[in-house]
Amino acid sequence: MTIVYERPKALTDTVTHYCPGCTHGIIHRLVAEVIDELGIEDHCVGVAPVGCAVFAYNYFECDMAQAAHGRAPAVATGIKRANPANIVFTYQGDGDLAAIGTAETVHAAARGENITIVFVNNAIYGMTGGQMAPTTMPGQITQTSPYGRDPKLAGYPIKVCEMLAKVDGTTYAERVSVDSVKSVKNAKRAIKKAFEYQIAGKGFSIVEVLSTCSTNWGLEPVEALEWLRKNMIPYYPLGVYKDKGASE
Amino acid sequence: MAEKVLMKGNEAIAEAAIMAGCRHFFGYPITPQTELAAFMSKRLPKLGGTYLQAESEVAAINMVYGASAAGVRAMTSSSSPGLSLKSEGLSYLAGSDLPAVVVNIQRGGPGLGGIRPSQADYFHATRSTGHGDFHLIVLAPNTVQEMFDLTIEAFELADKYRVTAMILGDGMLGQVMEPVDISRAGNVKTFPKEWALTGTQGKRSKNIVNSLYLEAEELEMLNLKRYEKYAEVGKSARTDNYLTEDADVIVVAYGICARIAKNAINEARKNGVKAGLIRPVTLWPFPKEQMKAAAATAKAFVVVEMSMGQMVEDVELSIRCSRPVILCNRTGGMVPTNEAVISAIMEADRTERS
Amino acid sequence: MSITHELMIAGFGGQGVLFAGKILSYAGLLAGKEVSWLPSYGPEMRGGTANINVMISDTMIGSPIIDNPTMLVAMNQPSLEKFEKDVKKDGIIIVDSTLIPIKVKRTDVKAFYIPSTKLAEDEGIKGLANMIMVGKITKELGIFDLEVVKVATSKSIPERKQDLLAYNLKAIEIGYNFIEG
Repeated sequence: MTIVYERPKALTDTVTHYCPGCTHGIIHRLVAEVIDELGIEDHCVGVAPVGCAVFAYNYFECDMAQAAHGRAPAVATGIKRANPANIVFTYQGDGDLAAIGTAETVHAAARGENITIVFVNNAIYGMTGGQMAPTTMPGQITQTSPYGRDPKLAGYPIKVCEMLAKVDGTTYAERVSVDSVKSVKNAKRAIKKAFEYQIAGKGFSIVEVLSTCSTNWGLEPVEALEWLRKNMIPYYPLGVYKDKGASE
Repeated sequence: MAEKVLMKGNEAIAEAAIMAGCRHFFGYPITPQTELAAFMSKRLPKLGGTYLQAESEVAAINMVYGASAAGVRAMTSSSSPGLSLKSEGLSYLAGSDLPAVVVNIQRGGPGLGGIRPSQADYFHATRSTGHGDFHLIVLAPNTVQEMFDLTIEAFELADKYRVTAMILGDGMLGQVMEPVDISRAGNVKTFPKEWALTGTQGKRSKNIVNSLYLEAEELEMLNLKRYEKYAEVGKSARTDNYLTEDADVIVVAYGICARIAKNAINEARKNGVKAGLIRPVTLWPFPKEQMKAAAATAKAFVVVEMSMGQMVEDVELSIRCSRPVILCNRTGGMVPTNEAVISAIMEADRTERS
Repeated sequence: MSITHELMIAGFGGQGVLFAGKILSYAGLLAGKEVSWLPSYGPEMRGGTANINVMISDTMIGSPIIDNPTMLVAMNQPSLEKFEKDVKKDGIIIVDSTLIPIKVKRTDVKAFYIPSTKLAEDEGIKGLANMIMVGKITKELGIFDLEVVKVATSKSIPERKQDLLAYNLKAIEIGYNFIEG
């Protein structure tokens, strides 16, 4: 009998706390599959954020640190500088990475810190119950933008890949999605590349994954995927924003 | 006798950190501690270590968190305004039971304040370094030699108890140059770190460094356990006493104020006043027992400090206000004069023995 | 009876008063004394006021802060005006007479006038008035040999600037051998 589907070794068998229909589970699995395939579980150290993925330290089967809100890139920097042979990744949401942790993110990139960032963008603060995020789109209704985000009052969303692509220290920045089987496969390819670059010592990599939050968006999971395709992808175009590693 | 070298206080801390095995320093420039970072930036790369100038104080302390979690001796240094920013990281270090050494070369505040020496962060260091129930070990050197010695001890204590140890200096101690005998470093103690995030290397189950506990019962239990550890640390509260045996007036001062007080005590003795000095070397744990013991024979206390009166509260609490306590203080970067301390001692000597 | 020399060198930032103090502290250390060196200066790197407190003693030094120096070295007029009154009775005041046209008013101290800035210019070692003062201070302190000061100087000058050592030593000698005339 052939096993066609099983839990990656790099995931623990803990039941996650994620809401039904949430795409964090898929992204966790992709990261874990990549860790398995690269055979790095025994010298991999992950950093969990504050936000929905705060419990990531319970879900990945490797050494894990939990960081203060937004500080994951700084914590990862400390871990990597202490033991450069280890493979260090952060797993962060949009509030963590693009609001309170903007400085840590930009400067880890500017230093060309040899780490991998998995950035989950679902355009909302999920853990605290659906407030406006730095990536909430113009017009999007949230608990703290009840009339829709008005750029005149609340400014514009931050396009992280576009921003980091302009930073000299960034090696690789790609935006992917997990709204379909095809896009999930593509997301895995990108995440794997980001880890491979770190293994090869190529420097700072970030993969931005467009993700859903059906609970706080107030949509059924399938509707949420549709909403992502219709609203997020046009605003946050998918693709490679920078790939210095390919030419090296 | 080993050859002594002339060093600034800030440099002595850096030299000691390196001798204690610290190879990872994360900082942000701020006066008056800059020499420390400059020293590290010069030396650490040559030793295969990391000097990293962070984008902010917040990032620097979180880098220390990461490096410490990964099992190495890590350090950051700053001055007062920078410590406000580091408060977040200090709380997380405590909540995750990570060892670290943090230096505060204090300057006048609040706000941007000034760059002259101060001791106005006493409360911040010993009471409320960040949110939540926790403590740092706070060591207060009063000479450049002691800045060297206590820094080595700070790394040992931090690792032994898995706490942050703070060197609480001031701008004057950071800048003053004095001879240092660096051979006193001796054999620096190290401690196993089986909890560190070094990668499992296929030899153990995963380690987690974390301060999140959503179950209140669990968090309470962990806090209680941590305070048992603090109680253990509390036994090592220590002072350096000068002429206290027969003293009617006990002067309590730490850091540079202790040196000013010593001069004043000598002057007071020439005038027939039996004064003595208790210099807390550990500010947390505060040497309560030593204060209590002194209160049994002294008739009054004088506290000399460069703040609006912070340590004075610990002295009063320690002796349960059983003796008058006179505050002799300056603030904002001003330093108490010898004359002011002498007159405070004289005033204390005039109090009736109760 | 132990003697503590409390030396204050004061001038503008950039005149090298901190370095002069460092040389003398080092010489004290090499001579087996207890020493301390405490700077006081404004936030600006050049042109502000700067003064250095150097204590050299046979016994442990208490506070490194000098309120009443036994020797004041004034390298600009504001410094002389500000600190003259603080000098201990029977103390010494050394004045850079190139930059300070006024005289010491007190009569209970010993005053020396040395045109350090001009001497440095005349000898082609402009900028080393501070080291000329080091020579003069060494002479008037009389607690360690000139040779010790020279060793201290060579140890205090960084490796990449060792080519400047000879000029510094020359300056020290000029100050040491200067005779008021």
